[in-house]
Amino acid sequence: MTDRISHNADTPLLRVDSLSKSYGPVVGCRDVAFDLWPGEVLGIVGESGSGKTTLLKCVSAQLEPDGGAVQYDTRDDGPRDVYGLSEARRRLLMRTDWGIVHQNPRDGLRFGISAGANVGERLIAVGERHYGDLRAEVTDWLERVEMDIGRMDDLPSTFSGGMQQRVQIARNLITRPRLVFMDEPTSGLDVSVQARLLDLIRMLVGTLRIACIIVTHDLGVVRLLTHRTIVMQKGEVVEHGLTDQVLDDPQHPYTQLLVSSILPV
Amino acid sequence: MTDTDTLLNARNLSKTFTLHTQGGVRLPVFDGLDLSLQRGQCLVLVGPSGAGKSSLLRCLYGNYLVQHGEVMVRHDGRMIDLTQATTRDLLDVRLRTLGFVSQFLRVIPRVSTLDVVAEPLLAQGCGEDDARDKASTMLARLNIPDRLWSIAPATFSGGEQQRVNIARCFVADYPILLLDEPTASLDVDNRKIVLDLITEARRRGTGIIGIFHDPQDRAAVATDTLELAAMDQAA
Ligand SMILES: Nc1ncnc2c1ncn2[C@@H]1O[C@H](COP(=O)(O)OP(=O)(O)OP(=O)(O)O)[C@@H](O)[C@H]1O
Ligand SMILES: Nc1ncnc2c1ncn2[C@@H]1O[C@H](COP(=O)(O)OP(=O)(O)OP(=O)(O)O)[C@@H](O)[C@H]1O
Ligand SMILES: [Mg+2]
Ligand SMILES: [Mg+2]
Repeated sequence: MTDRISHNADTPLLRVDSLSKSYGPVVGCRDVAFDLWPGEVLGIVGESGSGKTTLLKCVSAQLEPDGGAVQYDTRDDGPRDVYGLSEARRRLLMRTDWGIVHQNPRDGLRFGISAGANVGERLIAVGERHYGDLRAEVTDWLERVEMDIGRMDDLPSTFSGGMQQRVQIARNLITRPRLVFMDEPTSGLDVSVQARLLDLIRMLVGTLRIACIIVTHDLGVVRLLTHRTIVMQKGEVVEHGLTDQVLDDPQHPYTQLLVSSILPV
Repeated sequence: MTDTDTLLNARNLSKTFTLHTQGGVRLPVFDGLDLSLQRGQCLVLVGPSGAGKSSLLRCLYGNYLVQHGEVMVRHDGRMIDLTQATTRDLLDVRLRTLGFVSQFLRVIPRVSTLDVVAEPLLAQGCGEDDARDKASTMLARLNIPDRLWSIAPATFSGGEQQRVNIARCFVADYPILLLDEPTASLDVDNRKIVLDLITEARRRGTGIIGIFHDPQDRAAVATDTLELAAMDQAA
């Protein structure tokens, strides 16, 4: 792979333009636009049904939008319309330069194969054949997500929810993606497990300087992890800005309501 | 004074809060406010509680939005208007030009004190060892005992947290510092240390805009003052 097209400082990694998606009469998301820069972490918040998952799926090439465009600064070809890529190139992009961490580990892991095999799968898909190298790389990544190496040959179903999410994260990061999408990566976990997983995500995203889009309904999560926040209501973006600005001086009535309903700790 | 001595120039700033969750009540805080900051100047904001001193600092940091006006900041040798800047530019200005000490430390859970203080340096591209050295030096100077360095500041006393907050800001050598009551919860000895840090920074050419409750603290550091009056909030 050549690096001839510069990932220059003036090109966003991702450019989303007037993106819309409806399910028949039901609006999923409408007319959404934003840029994402290398290493930037963007949070998407909003109440249930506001279109967060729809938006994330449209942006991450999992769900074709009805209108609008998603442009990604590919490593070898510069900015390209994601839905204009051939199926093969899009799939390669999705399993090398991107990562997708699902809320439900069942959507992001293969339950019929071991944790180690799950983590190594993307490397094999991009051509790694040497068993020793593969095993070393998988071990390294399991360690990075603070998993017990002794359990690498166990099936994901034997793990707790928090451990399954760690395996999912390792599985995605092993190809060194530049962009990771996460949909409620910590919801459904115990509070203490959630906290440790958030620390891990914060540490990995920060040290590897991965750009990230995180969907969450938890304003504490956006405060902790993100640079910028998009607030959605009824499929539309009602507020968008630096995370601390959106949380400390919210402008839109809906954002003010969201912020004011956080219990003081 | 040359042109390049101007570090920050705010013009015609207006800030009004609209509280939508409380029937749309409007709280005007300031209107048509001008200020400028030169190298080596320490501008102290004075005014009664609720006059909008903290709000003004936050507007200068891009943490609060203004309704009108511009906030020109010298960044990388040019003036950039923070009210119009992209979030990306604003983050870069905060990374390298603007330091901010809020009245209370916003604790990042489970991150050690040393890492909290080293973080701005690492973000600026400083090497890990160097960053930790500088962070240690600053924590020691601010009398944070080294047995506390490896634990998260969440359980610290108010004064200890405030000193961590100050260490985190002063470690990075920003050309402009915005300080919201940095001495408020400190005892006499630590207060003196912080005032010394401020004066040293100013002598290096740093521009400082600060809020100090205590008249003695104010007198010790201020080169200029700006008076904010409470606005009639009946509007
Ligand atoms: N496959 C689908 N078919 C029909 N309607 C759908 C489908 N997926 C989502 N919707 C509808 O689109 C709207 C947005 O849903 P979406 O899942 O994007 O919301 P969300 O913000 O992710 O909510 P939550 O926080 O509950 O996950 C909702 O009204 C939802 O019912
Ligand atoms: N995020 C906010 N949302 C709504 N109103 C706010 C917000 N921040 C400040 N205010 C209001 O703005 C006014 C000015 O507050 P500010 O904190 O700026 O005053 P101050 O001069 O710093 O006071 P003090 O000396 O007590 O710290 C007050 O009426 C305050 O309630
Ligand atoms: Mg969802
Ligand atoms: Mg104040």
